[in-house]
Amino acid sequence: MTQIEATPKPRRNTELALLILALAVGIGANALVGVDQEKAFDQDFWFQSSLLAAAALVFHIVLRIRAKYADPVILPLVVALNGLGLAMIHRLDRVGEDTGNNQLRWTLVAMGVAIAVIWFLKDHRILRRFTYISLAVSALLLILPLVPGISAGEILGASVWIKIGPMTFQPGEVAKITLAIFFAGYLSSNRDLILLAGRKIGPLQFPRFKDMGPMITAWLVSIGVLIFQRDLGSSVLFFGLFIVMIYVATSRISWVIIGVGLLLGGGFIASRVFSHVGLRIDGWLNAFTDEVYGRQYGGSLQIVEGLFGMANGGLVGTGLGQGRPNLVPFANSDMIIASFGEELGLIGLFAIVMMYLLLFTRGFRAALGTRDAFGKLLACGLSFAIALQCFVVIGGVTRLIPLTGLTTPFLAAGGSSLLANWIIVGLLLMISHTARGPVDTTPMPHGAEPGEPGEQKPVPPSPARPAKQPARQPSSAHPDAPTEAVKQL
Amino acid sequence: MNHAIRNSWIAAVAMFALIFGALSYVQVVGADELQANAWNKRAILQNYCNDRGAIIVGGKPIAQSVAASESCKFQRTYTEPELYAGITGYFSKNYGVTGLESALNEQLAGSSDQLFLDRIGQLFLGNQPKGASVELTLDPELQKLAYDLIPDGQRGSIVVTNPKTGDILAMVSKPSYDPNLIATQDADAEAANFNELNKIPGINLNQNVSGPTGALLAPGSVFKLVDTAAALSSGKYNKDSELPNPAEMSFPGIEYKLPNYAGGNCYTQSTASFAFALQQSCNTPFAEIARDLGQKAIAAQAAKFGFGEDLGDQLKLDYAKKAFPEEELDAAGLAQSAIGQRDVRATPLQIALMTSAIANGGVQMRPNLIKTVRSPDLRIISEPKPEVLRTSTSPEISRQISEWMTSVVSQGIGRGAAVPGVQVAGKTGTAELGTDGLNNSWFTGFAPANDPQVSVTIVMQGVDITTGAQLTSPNAKKIFEAVLNK
Repeated sequence: MTQIEATPKPRRNTELALLILALAVGIGANALVGVDQEKAFDQDFWFQSSLLAAAALVFHIVLRIRAKYADPVILPLVVALNGLGLAMIHRLDRVGEDTGNNQLRWTLVAMGVAIAVIWFLKDHRILRRFTYISLAVSALLLILPLVPGISAGEILGASVWIKIGPMTFQPGEVAKITLAIFFAGYLSSNRDLILLAGRKIGPLQFPRFKDMGPMITAWLVSIGVLIFQRDLGSSVLFFGLFIVMIYVATSRISWVIIGVGLLLGGGFIASRVFSHVGLRIDGWLNAFTDEVYGRQYGGSLQIVEGLFGMANGGLVGTGLGQGRPNLVPFANSDMIIASFGEELGLIGLFAIVMMYLLLFTRGFRAALGTRDAFGKLLACGLSFAIALQCFVVIGGVTRLIPLTGLTTPFLAAGGSSLLANWIIVGLLLMISHTARGPVDTTPMPHGAEPGEPGEQKPVPPSPARPAKQPARQPSSAHPDAPTEAVKQL
Repeated sequence: MNHAIRNSWIAAVAMFALIFGALSYVQVVGADELQANAWNKRAILQNYCNDRGAIIVGGKPIAQSVAASESCKFQRTYTEPELYAGITGYFSKNYGVTGLESALNEQLAGSSDQLFLDRIGQLFLGNQPKGASVELTLDPELQKLAYDLIPDGQRGSIVVTNPKTGDILAMVSKPSYDPNLIATQDADAEAANFNELNKIPGINLNQNVSGPTGALLAPGSVFKLVDTAAALSSGKYNKDSELPNPAEMSFPGIEYKLPNYAGGNCYTQSTASFAFALQQSCNTPFAEIARDLGQKAIAAQAAKFGFGEDLGDQLKLDYAKKAFPEEELDAAGLAQSAIGQRDVRATPLQIALMTSAIANGGVQMRPNLIKTVRSPDLRIISEPKPEVLRTSTSPEISRQISEWMTSVVSQGIGRGAAVPGVQVAGKTGTAELGTDGLNNSWFTGFAPANDPQVSVTIVMQGVDITTGAQLTSPNAKKIFEAVLNK
């Protein structure tokens, strides 16, 4: 396994093999859920399976044409997750409900958009031109749910939805992408400024107050989302995204400390000031008290029912279609992890979580491999966003942290979330394509993490680079030029 | 930069490590505890298709399992479903289990230790597992009578108990529902029915928030019995005390005045004896008592009658409880609380227990619904005996209050409850719900006053004064007659 690749390999055939495996997982699950419920091989099943398979194959072919060096593991992972989600949603559909087919429609739309992104963008570095436009779009998207007329009002205590005709959409889901693009663009252009000025306090190097501007702005944005839209999950996500990106841009741990400090401080104040935050925390801490359990808002019934379901699943699960996930409110969206926990057991959930781990790991590898700062930041931010989202959702469902309203990427029922996450997949595939593809300079050996799964090329352990020496970056105004000097590790 | 990317990856993996830990804890380490949790319906539903024992009233099953399809051998059915829904609860595949179906699940499902030998027998004989049957203390005729006394479309509850034993003879509330609708094995019909029923206000799909055991209602004037007991046991008052009876009571520094009911006879006297104050249900004497004794004394007496206290586990039904307010009340708040308004709340069952304690010489019996539990071969497994729950007041004080309550029915505003030839003790209450003239109308009482056989508590929610008067005392009379003429 250990070899330095002289010529990059596309590995599209590997992807095809894995993709067939992934489809087998999703479609197999979809077949199994029906066995006990007279849904086996019904019209819905064939419809969903064939369309999912077709879409995955089209995506694969597009990659062969447009991004043939893209990471071969990303697409199969996501198809498997998406397929599992479809199966579970189909399984939870009662007669007369059509969430499963709706989810499939959105899957196709989302894959279509992701394909379009890959097809027309050709290279992720073009996005750098849209740094400030992205900021404007993000702001617009976040404000939309509050605009009378298109706002769908408060749904389940959070106003994060807009209504377009008969459809509702969560613009915040897409905002995480545009925010990541803005952060990546801004930080890759202004790294020097943020890095060079600063004061040392003790062992930590603190940036100048002037350079704290975007940080404070980001903090205010997430607090704003929290206040005006009552969306705890999104504000944590945006803020986490920003912290990790600024850390990667500057390699300064001080940012993380400031950021986490602000987050905790903000969270503490929010829990005191805003009832809905306080209720969530109360519902988390005192989930098993009568009063909290039966409370209409911020009650813990949902969490507790989910825990019962997962406990019922135990190690091996009840088997698909054999449990009672419907006892849990929002079993096919917010609590879909609990539904999987019940029917596939701890083993099944571990497999699912492992797929997420592999997915974001692949994203980070793309970040390591690509040679432009913008791409590194973007891939890193998007990958971390996926990881953080999983953590917030699954942590909430297992009562590790308070439950907040975020969606489980690719699994949960919901079009906005599917669309946004598939676009992220498209971007990661493009970045990995430049990362793994041939370059005009000598190819940079990729570092591989010890213990990182998948096919890889571990290099001898490198001496840790002192964090205080960031890569020098000639300020190049031309966005397409590879801007970061290649560093040998 | 790559170094920082690696660190970020490590941070992400660390988060996932926490997730793996949390999942392992929930699904393996803590799973048993979660499985055993009382709220967890899944364990009960494991035996969804088994033959459960019957719930029996007056020798006839009101809930039983009947043979169903091949895939699910038994189906739970309810006879006279609306009449008993508040007691039996429902046994549903997707919505869980409530009421006695839930509380007596061990016996009904046959999983209790007392049925161990039966289970061994079933194992060897290859019989279907079968649960124990439970006979209730309810009297079917009385239950039917009480249910019919609440007009359709009217929200209300009636509780009839034997004050000497704590046995519940009838317990009904409207609106009710048909548990068969939710116990059906047809999941889609079940879902549709459940959503339909849930839209109806006052339906007690969840017993601990509505019905006789769960609806926390302002008790109004029936709470004056608590003030009376507190006054007599304080030593500051005796049966001959004259109480101040101003037409309205004012409080320092605020506009608000607490009036006596303008329509009654209270305004004819500026002082009142206990007998007169209770007969006419004057407000100000009791507000004055509360002012004199202080909030703590009233709260303590309320607790002795069971307000906010445990009703014991004999009842087997979920119930709501609320204590007399503990946070410091201002003078006006205390006065309003003393006449059962403001934040004072009680369930119909709680008021029934208060009255039963007065009827039973100051001793409150544990409310009981279970007559006998029998194994499948009709062996008696358990037969709850009457148990004392707590002492609410002394025999002398309870005798004195009984005497005054008798005069409420013989000469006061509770005349509607009078039964010829029998001494009936009672107290009415009208709790204002707001400014629209609608009230919760109460009657609570017992008969015969010298040897109480039965205690009756009736509440009608959201009625005007006239309707309330027609639906409470006269209905109590019908129940007294029905019981005493048996």
